Amino acid sequence: MSSFWSDNLPKLGQMVSGIVIFLAVLAVIFFVAGKANGKKQRPLAILVFLGPALVLLLFGLLGPAIRTFLLSFKGSASHTWVGFKNYQWLFTDESMRIVLRNTIFWILFTPIVTTGLGLLLAILLDRMRRESVAKSLIFMPMAISFVGASIIWKFVYQYANPNQPQIGLMSSVARHLGFEPTNWLLTQPLNTFLLMIIFVWSQTGFAMVILSAAIKNVPADVMEASALDGAHGWKLFRGVTFPMVRSTFIVVLATMVVATLKLFDIVQASTGGNFGTSVLANEMYSEVFVRYDAGRGSAMAIVLFMLVVPVLVYNIYNLRRERSIA
Amino acid sequence: MSLLTRNKAAKLADHNAGRKLFGSRGATITVWIIAIFWTIPTLGLFATSLRPKEEISANGWWNFFIHPHLTLGNYSAIFSTGTVSGISNGIMPFVINSFVITIPAVIFPITIATMAAYCLAWVKFRGSDALFYGIFALQIVPIQVALVPLLNLFTGGVHIGTVTLVPALHIAGTFAGIWLPHTMFALPLAIYLLHNFISSLPRDLMEAANVDGASHFTVFRRIVLPLSVPAIAAFTIFQFLWVWNDLLVALTFTGGTEGIDPLNAKLRGLAGTWGSHWELLTSSAFVMIVVPLIVFFSLQRYFVRGLLAGSVK
Repeated sequence: MSSFWSDNLPKLGQMVSGIVIFLAVLAVIFFVAGKANGKKQRPLAILVFLGPALVLLLFGLLGPAIRTFLLSFKGSASHTWVGFKNYQWLFTDESMRIVLRNTIFWILFTPIVTTGLGLLLAILLDRMRRESVAKSLIFMPMAISFVGASIIWKFVYQYANPNQPQIGLMSSVARHLGFEPTNWLLTQPLNTFLLMIIFVWSQTGFAMVILSAAIKNVPADVMEASALDGAHGWKLFRGVTFPMVRSTFIVVLATMVVATLKLFDIVQASTGGNFGTSVLANEMYSEVFVRYDAGRGSAMAIVLFMLVVPVLVYNIYNLRRERSIA
Repeated sequence: MSLLTRNKAAKLADHNAGRKLFGSRGATITVWIIAIFWTIPTLGLFATSLRPKEEISANGWWNFFIHPHLTLGNYSAIFSTGTVSGISNGIMPFVINSFVITIPAVIFPITIATMAAYCLAWVKFRGSDALFYGIFALQIVPIQVALVPLLNLFTGGVHIGTVTLVPALHIAGTFAGIWLPHTMFALPLAIYLLHNFISSLPRDLMEAANVDGASHFTVFRRIVLPLSVPAIAAFTIFQFLWVWNDLLVALTFTGGTEGIDPLNAKLRGLAGTWGSHWELLTSSAFVMIVVPLIVFFSLQRYFVRGLLAGSVK
C-alpha cells in the first residue's frame, strides 16, 4: 500500500504544480502587460494573446508537417535523399497492396454508412414526440474510446472451438441459426468489415445529433408551405428537407472521411493490423515505431495528408461562403 | 382572417395530424429498435464484468439474466495492490495517470485558445482574418503528419545546419511531454470554436468598455471570460473526452514508459496479454469507459452544444 502511494502521489504533485505554474506565469504576464499604456498597448496585447498559440502551432503542427514532407524523401534513418523511392514503394509493394485496398474500403464504406444512418435517425427523431432516452443510448458510444469499443466488440466477435460453449454473441447467434461460427477476426476480408462496424457503432450518434439539430433548424413555414403544395414523405424529404440540411450533411460526411483516414485505434486494439486488416494510419505507426523506417512512415503520413486536402479545401470554401452570406 | 388562409390552416392541421399519428409511432418503434441494438454490446461487457470467472467461460453473458450470480470480485481483483496476472498494483496507477495527463491537457489549450480567439475576433489587425483561416485550415492536418518531427524536437531540438534554433527539451517520457502535444493538437479546433462564439458577443459591450478606457486585458478578464463560459464548458468536455480516449498521442509520447501510461494505452496492451481473462478485461474496460460516460451523461447538453457550434452554423 505504501509503495503504491509513494509511486503515485508524486504524479498528482506534478499535475498540480504544472497547472499552478502555468496559471501563475499567465497572471504575471497579464499584470505586467496590463501596466503598459498608450501606443504600446495594442501590439503588446496582440503579442500576449496570440503569441503562445502561434508558437505552439508553429512548432507543434506547421514545422513538423514541413519536416515530415522532407523526411518522406529520405531513407530509413533520414541520412540520405532517396527521391520518390518511398512513394514508389508505397504504391507498388506487395505488402502495401492490402493496406491500400483496406483504406479504400474504409473510405468508401464507413463515412456514407455512418452519415446516412445518422440522417435516417435524425429524420425519425424529428417525427417522435419524446426522443431523449433513445437518442442518448445511440449517442453514448461516442463517449467510449475506440480502444474500449474494440474490446466491447471483440467480446461480441469472440469465438471458441466447436466443442466449447460460444460466449461471443455473434458466434452464439450464428450457431443458433445453424451456421458453424468461424474465428471471425481471422477471416479475410470479413474482418475489415467487422472493424468498420465498430466505427459505425461509435460515430453514428455524432452524425445523428448534428443532423437532428440541422433538421430542427429548417423553418417551420418552409415545411408547411411545401406540405400545402402536396409534398409528402420521400418527395418532401428530397425536395425540401434534404436540400435544407445538405451543407450540414456534407460537413458531417467530410468529418467522417477525415476520421476514417486517420483511423488507428480500432485496428491497433482489435487486430494490431494483423490478418490483413491494416490501414494507412496504422501502417504508418508500425513503419515508424516498430520497423524504424522514418522515411516510409513519413511518406505514408504525407499520402494521408494529400487525401485529406480536398476535404479541407471544400470545408474552407463552405465556411467562407457562409460567412459572406451572414 | 381571409377565407383563403383559414382554409389553408385547416388543411395544414389535417396534414400534420395525419403525419404525426402514423409517422410518429413507426418512427418511435424504429428508433427504439436501433437504440436497443446499439446498447447490447456495452450491456454485454458490463454484465460480464459482474459475473464469476468460471461462469464467463461456461456460457454466454445473456445467461446472467436467467441465473444472476452477481460478484464484485473482478473489480476487487483489478484494484488490488497485489500482482494481478502480471500487472503489479493492478490498474489503479493507470487510472491516476489518465487523470494526471487529462486535466492539464484540458486546461492548457483552452486557456491559450480563448486568448487567441479573443485577439483574432476583437483586436483586429492587418492579416488577422487570414491568420484565422490559416489556423482553421490546420485543424484538418492529420496529427500523424506531426508525430515524428515533434518527438525529434523533444529529444534533439531543432537545428538548421549547425545553428540550434531550439535546444533539446528532454521531456519525452514525462507528463509534460504528453501535455504539450495534446495542447498543440487541440489549438486549431479550440480557437475555431471559441472564435465563433466570442466574435458573436455584442459589439456595443466591447465598444462601451473601450470608451471607458479599459485595456484589452481588462476586457478579456471582466467581459469575455465570464460571457464565454458556455463555449468554454462545451469545449472542456469535448477535450476531456478526446484526451481521456486518445491512444495515438499516448503511445507515441510516453515512449513505452510504464510509469506514465494512461489507462487507454495500457488497455490496448492488456487486450492482448489478458486475451483469455475476460473477467479482468471487461471490468478494466468498464472502469475505462465509465469516466467519460459520467461526464457525458451529466453534461450532455454542453457537450452537444460544443459539437453543434463546430459543425452547424
